[in-house]
Amino acid sequence: MSDLIPLFNFQDYVVMPWTEELAHFGWIILMGFFVAAACGLVGNYLILRRMALVGDAISHSILPGLAGAFLVAAAFQSNQSDERGLGFSIAMFIGALLAALLTTVIIEVIHKKTRVKQDAAIGIAFSSLFALGVVMINLFSADIHLDADCVLYGEITYIPLENHFMIGDKEIAPIPVVRMGIVAAITLCLIIAFYKELLVSSFDSGLAASLGINATAVHYGLMAWLSIVVVSAFEAVGAILVIAMLILPGATASLLTTRLSFIMILTVIHAALSTVLGVHLGLWLDCSTAGAMVVAGAFLFTLTWAAKQVQALLHRPDLREKDQTIGESPAV
Amino acid sequence: MNVRRWITFSLLCLVLLPLTAHASSIGDLSDTSLGEQVKRFLSLKDPSVRYALLGSILLGINCGMLGSFIVVRKLSLMGDALSHAVLPGVAMGFLWNMEKDPVAILIGAVIAGLLGSFVVNLITHTTRLKEDTALGMVLAGFFAVGICLVSMIQRRVQNGNQSGIDKYLFGQAAAINTDDVFLMAIVTISALVVMGVFYKEFLVSSFDPGFAGVSGLPVKFFHYLLMLLLAFSVVIALQAVGVVLVSAMLITPAATAYLLTDRLHRMISMAMIFGVVSGAIGCFISFLKPGLPTGPFMVLAASLCFFGAFLFGPRHGVVMRWWRQLSRSHKVQRENTLKAVYQVLEEREFKGEGVSLRELAQRRRETIEEARQQSLALVRNRLASLHEDGNLILLNPDGWQRACAIVRNHRLWELYLTNAADYPADHVHEDAEKIEHVLGEEVVRQLERRLDYAKTDPHGKPIPSLDDLQRGSGISQHDDLVGYGQN
Repeated sequence: MSDLIPLFNFQDYVVMPWTEELAHFGWIILMGFFVAAACGLVGNYLILRRMALVGDAISHSILPGLAGAFLVAAAFQSNQSDERGLGFSIAMFIGALLAALLTTVIIEVIHKKTRVKQDAAIGIAFSSLFALGVVMINLFSADIHLDADCVLYGEITYIPLENHFMIGDKEIAPIPVVRMGIVAAITLCLIIAFYKELLVSSFDSGLAASLGINATAVHYGLMAWLSIVVVSAFEAVGAILVIAMLILPGATASLLTTRLSFIMILTVIHAALSTVLGVHLGLWLDCSTAGAMVVAGAFLFTLTWAAKQVQALLHRPDLREKDQTIGESPAV
Repeated sequence: MNVRRWITFSLLCLVLLPLTAHASSIGDLSDTSLGEQVKRFLSLKDPSVRYALLGSILLGINCGMLGSFIVVRKLSLMGDALSHAVLPGVAMGFLWNMEKDPVAILIGAVIAGLLGSFVVNLITHTTRLKEDTALGMVLAGFFAVGICLVSMIQRRVQNGNQSGIDKYLFGQAAAINTDDVFLMAIVTISALVVMGVFYKEFLVSSFDPGFAGVSGLPVKFFHYLLMLLLAFSVVIALQAVGVVLVSAMLITPAATAYLLTDRLHRMISMAMIFGVVSGAIGCFISFLKPGLPTGPFMVLAASLCFFGAFLFGPRHGVVMRWWRQLSRSHKVQRENTLKAVYQVLEEREFKGEGVSLRELAQRRRETIEEARQQSLALVRNRLASLHEDGNLILLNPDGWQRACAIVRNHRLWELYLTNAADYPADHVHEDAEKIEHVLGEEVVRQLERRLDYAKTDPHGKPIPSLDDLQRGSGISQHDDLVGYGQN
């Protein structure tokens, strides 16, 4: 038990990643930040629409889509050298989109056609698709370069070792980081471009309809983009921890403010803080970095929550009123 | 009742068939001889097979029973969150004395699970965050702590890698040993006893918590008792199904049973059966090739059961419902044809033999071909016969009776609407057109009594009486060729 937690060494665990090893940890931190920020921004809308668990379902069920993408890539490519290039990225996105679409359709069909409630429908849909994905990975392990650990908690530590994106002869960045960076940037652009539509349709579907906003299109667009974000984050954090990336930043932010624009800014700050803290924590405890990032995020949430409780305790209106009524004579 | 049991059984067989085919295709991939493995599994000579199978059966019983409650209480995703939240408890239980001690792991996991469900309640009650967000956060937050602990154990503890703690993630039924089975049996039996003793209380507090509270039941206590049992059953299932997919073993068999029955006790027993069957199938398939995880196969088997019930369930199945709708619409169409035949005869004051296709087609404003199709449908159902190269329709006794009954229903309803509901006479037809097909004998008699056995409808047409109906069936069956309606 005693050798489980190593001694804390400031030099090794805090200073090193930012100085000598920056070339390695820089990519990990950058990737973590892109993942947490992109997921957190999309996740805000999931929280507002009370669809947090639909997000969970989609993050589980893209696994067979991803496994299918590996199989297709293996069928089309004889040489294994360039298997994670642009073509693979596209196959991956298409597989994830199809899987996400299938999940939403299965949930709708079970929910609408039978008397099974939506929560059970979500549970059935994602667990069967996830099980299918795990079985595919096990049966076709020669073609699918994923292992069960990666599915569960990702392999963010290996990101710097991935093939680098090349312009000419110059190495720019590891391909997953480039992909995730592009996805995060597009996420930000989409949210700025469709800010009004997303806001109105999330809060008041009646008003949205009267303004001529197609709520169904917004819903499916959101689901489609969610699947893209989740699948690009998959390699870094796995299928299950994604849900934390989706919800934790937004949930923490919404404890502090009620304005959506401020929530968005706080989401990004939370993403950055939890990434940096998580990388240091993972390094210190020698555990899964993605897991440590989520633990750090959950810690930030707990901290915020506790601060809010203390604040509420200090400003409790009923206590103040009681003080006043004690001063006066009690009525009747 | 018996029929339904048989339908359920045949449904099960149907679901199992494709699975065996699937199993053989997996066997082809493996190096070991499939036949030998199957024989080893089925003969149950191997103790590890016996334990694995026994474990899966206990798991199915436990998950089916508690799953039924969480499905009817709409707590399905609480089961999901709880099952992820036990992971840190499992790791802590392992760290307690650095080995896979089932009791320590059970205690750790139950504590972690209860803590998880408590935190969900805390978040929803103290913040503006909704339940789904709280569930998601607890699920992922606890799971992340568990992942960190597991990866620390694997990397830093001696023999941590061989500890088998990673088997808790996707499940490996083959790793179940005597101690585990013993513990599983104790937990299952105590859960069964608790359920047996408090069945009524759980029933009431699940379906009508308000009423339960008013009757003096401690609803909160029973909620947390259910959570406790749920945590136990999740832990029981962990080793065979794994943390990630336990929730499926809770939700899917229970949801399958929910599609097949309306009574809770029947639903519970059916869910247990589905749980046991899918557990055994998953166990069997993962045994065929070394290294195959058990959980995903169990879940796929359970999902196939659900799919089967979704399609072929006798009451709520999609295919059955579609079939019922189809046969109902055919019946309505037949009855409309019969009514048209009656009306043609009525216009002629019931003179002449039968009705020609042309007359029928004119009456219904259709082509001759469509009228022919409809008359053939009547013939197929033994309501009429065709003569003169299929151009003349003669109603059989049954057909005559049915035609009279439909017209009677229609006109009685029209009269009822004008008399009792003050409908204008030109508005009642549409309504009667729909209801004539579904009025039962009892209702028709009541209508007649209320309307004082009226003879004519609001449009002045005669309402066929009971005598008219019986006149059809009273004539002997040999007179098929005689057209009814000859006065």
